[in-house]
Amino acid sequence: MNAHTSFAELSARQRVQAMVDVGTFKEFLGPSQRVVSPHLAALGVPYAFDDGAVIGSGTLNANAVLIAAQEGEFMGGGVGEVHGAKLTGLFRRALRDRPAAVLVLAESGGVRLHEANAGLIAVSEVMRALLDVRAAGIPVLMLIGGANGCFGGMGLIAGCADFVVMSDAARMSMSGPEVIESSHGVEEFDARDRALVWRTTGGKHRYLMGDCDRLVEDDVAAFRSAALDLLGQCKQPGAKQPMTLESLRQAHARLQERIENVGDCKDATDIWQRLGVAHPERVGDMEAAEIQALVAREQA
Amino acid sequence: MENLHFELPGQRVPSRFDAVLVGVVGSGNLEVMLEPGSDPAHCTFAIHTSARGFGPIWEAVVRNFQNQHGLGGVVVSINDMGATPAVVSLRLDQAVASLPDAGGAQI
Amino acid sequence: MNWNDLCLALFGPAHGIVRDGDVILGTGQIDPEGRHQEPLTVTVVGTTDHAPIGVETALAQAAVVLDTIEHHPGRPILLLVDTQGQRLRHRDELLCINRYMAHLGCCVDLARRRGHRVIGLVYDQALSGGFITSGLMADACYALPEAEIRVMRLPAMSRVTKISEDVLEQLSQSNPVFAPGVSNYVAMGGIEAIWRDDLRQCLRDALQNPNVQDLRAEHGAARGGRALAADIVQRVLAA
Repeated sequence: MNAHTSFAELSARQRVQAMVDVGTFKEFLGPSQRVVSPHLAALGVPYAFDDGAVIGSGTLNANAVLIAAQEGEFMGGGVGEVHGAKLTGLFRRALRDRPAAVLVLAESGGVRLHEANAGLIAVSEVMRALLDVRAAGIPVLMLIGGANGCFGGMGLIAGCADFVVMSDAARMSMSGPEVIESSHGVEEFDARDRALVWRTTGGKHRYLMGDCDRLVEDDVAAFRSAALDLLGQCKQPGAKQPMTLESLRQAHARLQERIENVGDCKDATDIWQRLGVAHPERVGDMEAAEIQALVAREQA
Repeated sequence: MENLHFELPGQRVPSRFDAVLVGVVGSGNLEVMLEPGSDPAHCTFAIHTSARGFGPIWEAVVRNFQNQHGLGGVVVSINDMGATPAVVSLRLDQAVASLPDAGGAQI
Repeated sequence: MNWNDLCLALFGPAHGIVRDGDVILGTGQIDPEGRHQEPLTVTVVGTTDHAPIGVETALAQAAVVLDTIEHHPGRPILLLVDTQGQRLRHRDELLCINRYMAHLGCCVDLARRRGHRVIGLVYDQALSGGFITSGLMADACYALPEAEIRVMRLPAMSRVTKISEDVLEQLSQSNPVFAPGVSNYVAMGGIEAIWRDDLRQCLRDALQNPNVQDLRAEHGAARGGRALAADIVQRVLAA
């Protein structure tokens, strides 16, 4: 592998191969199985042999993992009936196989609009299955590094995971900027202002706010390294607890404090300033390692 | 949608291989999957495309491909979202390059 | 149906459910067996007026769920759904709305794991994310006959998919994958059943249903609305 390989530029299939130990990936329901969407042809849209979801097993430094990757170039990574069922099946399998972790390389606009109702229910099933895996004490890691980001129903799913790793190439939220601009005008959110878009929902901002656990460069090796680091953390005695009333109360309190502390901020730079970042205007140019050094993060 | 099917003679049967896949089904793009086929004297092409009415062009592209590679015992399956002939040819070549015979990595 | 009329129908005039902005919350009492038994108190939480779910709205609902878990072990929770989906504002995106909405979903999930029976009811509208983190996280979600469930409004959907509104409109009539009617969602397994006529009895029956597993894909297959999902899950397990 090159010294530096862009994660964003790889296909889902390539990302999976790059994440797991060489030669260990075994795909479930791969393309030759032809498990394709039954809904797309009626809309004049071609199907993909894997329905845009690559799932299977592998190892990460010899730790057994289950892994999924969404193909952002196919239907924007949107979750349809088949795609969703593959993800749900993977989580159900995790309950049985008890891997060291489930890794989801997420790149998705959320529910696949071309499959509307089927996609909506599918997302919910994935979310429920993910939470079952968490409740069983198996860590779920979301790795978000694609240019399409992780939005809508997949943004909700990311919010349910144990850990989120992002690069600044990626974004995580509910709605794309175009949707917001369409609804409430360009003053509300100028979708063409890329710097604004990335300040609002990009990896650096999410990291500074505590909404992602690791910020990495757009580099496959960096993502893999972060996943291994988090896996190692999970193996510490007493490290990973399933969700409890206490942990949700704590999360609730932090979310409440956020509204109180920065809920009136008009822009991310205002928030960063309040968080104690000395030069918020420089954040856009800073490297991931520098950003990580900015914020002393208490271990969850 | 349009579904096209071609069967062209060819002699070069690749050594035993697992299915290979290249490309993605994005706008102006396509995915190409190669699988072992049961007829060693032919290469079959199954094309699923959102661009209708381009049968003759597809035929020209696959014939050109077979003239170069002359594959036998191979099934080529394509899901296409309006790629140009140049991009189609590129993906077909990339797919062949992925075969173990060509030293390519299985994906 | 107006939220208050709904609560009257379910719990009678003594119900203690109030409105606070877009959020509705409180408790109602229901006689579980229809006979002279100890009345059952139910936590009720949800939204009205096609509420957009912003950070505050998600958090307010989550608070009700957490309070129920903490102070009222075993108490059933009824989620009343009437939403236009996530709030489409820069501020909510900036503050990471997906975390807030996921938090609500996680609170509902914890309540279920702690033995609270959680029932969802779409009584007016349910759109996308606003539905995923509330009604669809319940043990079972029900709907009134006139309710509608959508992923996105057609004009926005048309812009994103590049499919004309006319075609989408036609599909909404003819294609179960697009039709917003709740009977369609029942066929697909997303909604367990439609509540008609005696709503109080419907609630009693829902509270009695012991199922805690996610069987929606199986229901979708059995009812014919979603043929593939359940089978694919099984195939992944067997792969």
